[in-house]
Amino acid sequence: MVACKYHQYQIVGRHVPTEKDASPKIYRMKMWATDAVRAKSKFWYFMSLLKKVKRANGQIISCNEILERKPTTVKNYGVWVRYQSRTGYHNMYKEFRDVTMNGAVDQLYCEMGARHRVRASCLQIVKTATIPSNLCKRTAVTMMHDPKVSFPIQQKIVRPISKSLKTVFKYKRPAACMM
Amino acid sequence: MPFKRHIEIGRVAVVNYGKEYGTLVVIVDVLDQHRVLVDSPTMVRAVHSMRRLALTDLSVKIQRIPKKTALVKALQEADIFGKFGSCSWGQKIAVQKAKKSLDDFGRYKLMVARVKKSAILKREVAKLKKTAK
Repeated sequence: MVACKYHQYQIVGRHVPTEKDASPKIYRMKMWATDAVRAKSKFWYFMSLLKKVKRANGQIISCNEILERKPTTVKNYGVWVRYQSRTGYHNMYKEFRDVTMNGAVDQLYCEMGARHRVRASCLQIVKTATIPSNLCKRTAVTMMHDPKVSFPIQQKIVRPISKSLKTVFKYKRPAACMM
Repeated sequence: MPFKRHIEIGRVAVVNYGKEYGTLVVIVDVLDQHRVLVDSPTMVRAVHSMRRLALTDLSVKIQRIPKKTALVKALQEADIFGKFGSCSWGQKIAVQKAKKSLDDFGRYKLMVARVKKSAILKREVAKLKKTAK
C-alpha cells in the first residue's frame, strides 16, 4: 500500500502552571499533519485561536501518532472541512472510501486541491468519522456498497512488468482492447 | 460484444506489476473505481490498483472480506490454483518460471533438445518436399 502523506496525531497541551493557576486545564486535539513538528505547530495555531494559550506560555504534554486499528478492512469515512476559497470561507462535507483514515485524509487534500483549487494551508479538518454504510450520502461511495458490485475493466493497461524494462520507442501499436 | 471478466467480490486475478508480480489474488472488496482490496493465502490483505491486476475467468464464492481461513477453504474447494495451473495462461506462466529458474547446464540441455527437435522436423520436411516433387 502506498504510504500515506498525512499522519494523525493526538496532542495534549495546557497553559504553563502559574501562581494564579497551579494546574491549568488540559486540552487535547487530534490533527493531521505530515509530521509531528507540523502537528505541534498546528496545535498552537488552534489553541491560541480558541483559548488564552499560546506557544510562549504553554506546554505540550504529549504528542502521539494515532494508527489505524484495522488497516485491512474497507471503511467509509466522512470528513467535515472548513476551507478558504478565493471569495471566503466555506464548510463542506465529503465522503471517502478507504482502508485507513490517513488514506481518506490524503484523498481529501488531493480532491480539494483538484476540484476546488484549495491548497493544504487553506484547509481545516473540522471533524472526521467512520460512517456505517446505510448512512452514507455520496453516490461515489454508496455505489460500492452492493455486495454484488460488478463492473468490467474497460481498457487493458499495456506496460512492461517493471520500470527497468521500459523503452522509449515501441515497435508495435498497443492493444488496449479488453476483448 | 459484452465484457466477460468483471471486477467483483470473488474474482481471481493475477498481479501484473510490482513486488507481487505473478501471484494469484482474490478480490475481496471494492474501494472505488480504481482500487480493490485483494487477498491471497500467501499475503497480507492489501489494496491494489486495478491497473496492477489482470482478471482471469475464475471466480470464487465468498463473502465480502472473508477471514483468511474461509478464503483458503473456498479456494481449495474451487481448486482455483489447480484450475489456473492447467489452463493455457497458467501453463504459460509455469513455462516462463521453469525457463527462468534454469542454470547454465539447464540452458545447454534446452538448446540441445531444441536443436535435436528442429533436426527431426527438418528431416521430415525434406522428405515431404522430395515426395511432393
